[in-house]
Amino acid sequence: MRSLRSLVEGRGGLLLPLALALAVVVSALAVVRTKHENRALVNDLDRLRAERERLDMEWSQLQLEEATLSHHARVEKIAREQLGMTEPRDYAVVSSKP
Amino acid sequence: MNGARANLVAKPVGAWRRWAVFGVLGLGVTVVLGRAFQLQVLQRDFLVQEGDKRHIRTLVIPGHRGDIRDRRGEPLALSAPVEMIWAVPAALLESPQHVYAVAKLLNKNPRELDKFLRDREDRKFVYISDPISPADAQRVLALKAPGVFSEPSYARYYPAGEVAAQVVGFCGRDGQGLEGLERAQEAALAGKAGSRRVIRDRAGRVVEDNLESRDAQAGRDLALTLDLRIQYLAYRELKAAVAKNNARGGLVVVADSSTGEILAMASSPGFNPNNMEDRKGGGERNRAITDSFEPGSTVKPVLIAQALSLGLYQPTSHVDTTPGFLKVGSLTVHDVHPQGDIDLATVLSKSSNVGAAKIGLSLGAEAVWSGYQHFGFGEPVYSGFPGEASPVLRHFSEWGQIATATASYGYGLSLNALHLVRAYSALANDGLMPHLHLLEGASPVPPQRAVSANIASEVRQLMEGVVAKGGTAERAAIPGYRVAGKTGTIRKISGEGGYAENKHQSVFIGMLPAEHPRLVGLVMIDEPAAGDYYGGLVAAPVFSTVMQGAARLLRIPPGSEKLPATPLPALPSTQTVALPLAEPRT
Repeated sequence: MRSLRSLVEGRGGLLLPLALALAVVVSALAVVRTKHENRALVNDLDRLRAERERLDMEWSQLQLEEATLSHHARVEKIAREQLGMTEPRDYAVVSSKP
Repeated sequence: MNGARANLVAKPVGAWRRWAVFGVLGLGVTVVLGRAFQLQVLQRDFLVQEGDKRHIRTLVIPGHRGDIRDRRGEPLALSAPVEMIWAVPAALLESPQHVYAVAKLLNKNPRELDKFLRDREDRKFVYISDPISPADAQRVLALKAPGVFSEPSYARYYPAGEVAAQVVGFCGRDGQGLEGLERAQEAALAGKAGSRRVIRDRAGRVVEDNLESRDAQAGRDLALTLDLRIQYLAYRELKAAVAKNNARGGLVVVADSSTGEILAMASSPGFNPNNMEDRKGGGERNRAITDSFEPGSTVKPVLIAQALSLGLYQPTSHVDTTPGFLKVGSLTVHDVHPQGDIDLATVLSKSSNVGAAKIGLSLGAEAVWSGYQHFGFGEPVYSGFPGEASPVLRHFSEWGQIATATASYGYGLSLNALHLVRAYSALANDGLMPHLHLLEGASPVPPQRAVSANIASEVRQLMEGVVAKGGTAERAAIPGYRVAGKTGTIRKISGEGGYAENKHQSVFIGMLPAEHPRLVGLVMIDEPAAGDYYGGLVAAPVFSTVMQGAARLLRIPPGSEKLPATPLPALPSTQTVALPLAEPRT
């Protein structure tokens, strides 16, 4: 009678902590993994932010370059001096509308 | 066996040994717990702080200043990144060959840089360069000179340069708007830098950033109503005219008469906002808004509009201006050429002061004053630009006969250029006076009725005579278009009081196409000194060139009656469409 009880108790008393201990270990590993993934992702995010910042800078520099190259004074100079263009003072607009 | 067993029996041990072991263990425990207590409780704050200092960083998230663009999206002001190179003098001085290399890359004299650093050897932080482009900064950093670092920052660039300089304004070194729209719209343009606290690992990588953070707020982009193409054209022609006439300065304004959008606002002399040194020459003043002047003959169409709307005159009415001068009290009003008995169209086309004074006197002070009030000569333009000149229009109760006569041909009151543009926009827009503005999407202010549509169109017809053959401004004519306008040749007030003999402002203001105006343009040349000074000779040619270009750029169809009479072979239709952003007429 006593041995049976101790057996049951012993088994129950052993199984539960074992299962719990296993769960603790598993969850601890999961935490480690999640944490690691989190850090990797945060690192990625930060890299992408830096990349965005860099692209922003490049974009504004390119806009600046474009504006400088397409500055009307420059275009006009090239058109007049290198390409020999002039604007017609008198011209007719041909419209298909009556 | 027995003896051996007896040997195995332990001798009773002295109780002191047990206590000694307990004591040693207890001491160990106490030391450990004590140290733990010291670290965990007593020094906790300090240690947490030290730990944070090594891993937690506060990063600044830059909040960029907004761009300024024209109505077509062309940039007028942009922020671009630059780098400032700084150094720890003591560290850099330890390797002289690096000092030499850095100096070479920064275009500095190595000896001067060396001396510069030696003078500041005890400092920990010294800028050793002006703002330079990130690519150049990379080259300097690639030297791996000890104690040389780079700090990113932003500089403001104005790609349009002097063309739109006065309107856009500029920022100071600290990035705050100092002049023009940069200053007026500081609140909208300025970005707010944010920050975030992050944990970094030993390699400097961010591993955690869900600590507190403050988002950065980028400044808003500003879209202006200016059209850079027309602005450039206006500035180019203005600059050429100022140089040709040896004038002190000048201005050009082009506005869409139905919406009140200012398409170009050029002012000369100009300055280059990208050059810090150039910003103090006086060229930074936006004359179209901050300068006021007496409008002179350019008010005559407004006077005639009032005369017509009171019913005292008809478009066909005649005014007798013989003998070419008129005495009003102590004042004598002169015409340049005596005109005799003339109709209203001739009063405008020959710009007769006597005719205008007679009309004004027959209307009376109150009627003239209220006519001017209707056309907004008494209230600010509210353009939203800093430093707008307020109009001066005294109350009619202070006017005598002389003041009434002079006011009729535009003296004794002062306006800025936008007042005139606004009044002429009312004539152009069938009597509805729009609110002039520079910012696209500004809260719409409904137009005010200045005069009835009929009368506005009658006055426009009268003004066409000015540009026709025999008028004062034949040179304002634009082939293919009907143009209505008015010249003004204003004598400037001299320093000693009274009017200067040889200081004039030559003005032409007009609209096109006259049958249904879309554009109003004003040209003013200040103190032309190369001989000619009449508005029709100095300002009108500029008007003609600028407005012809503007009409072409905006695809405003020419008047129908001037289209070629013989039908031309059918070509792919060049669409002649309305201004893309024009609002429907109300």
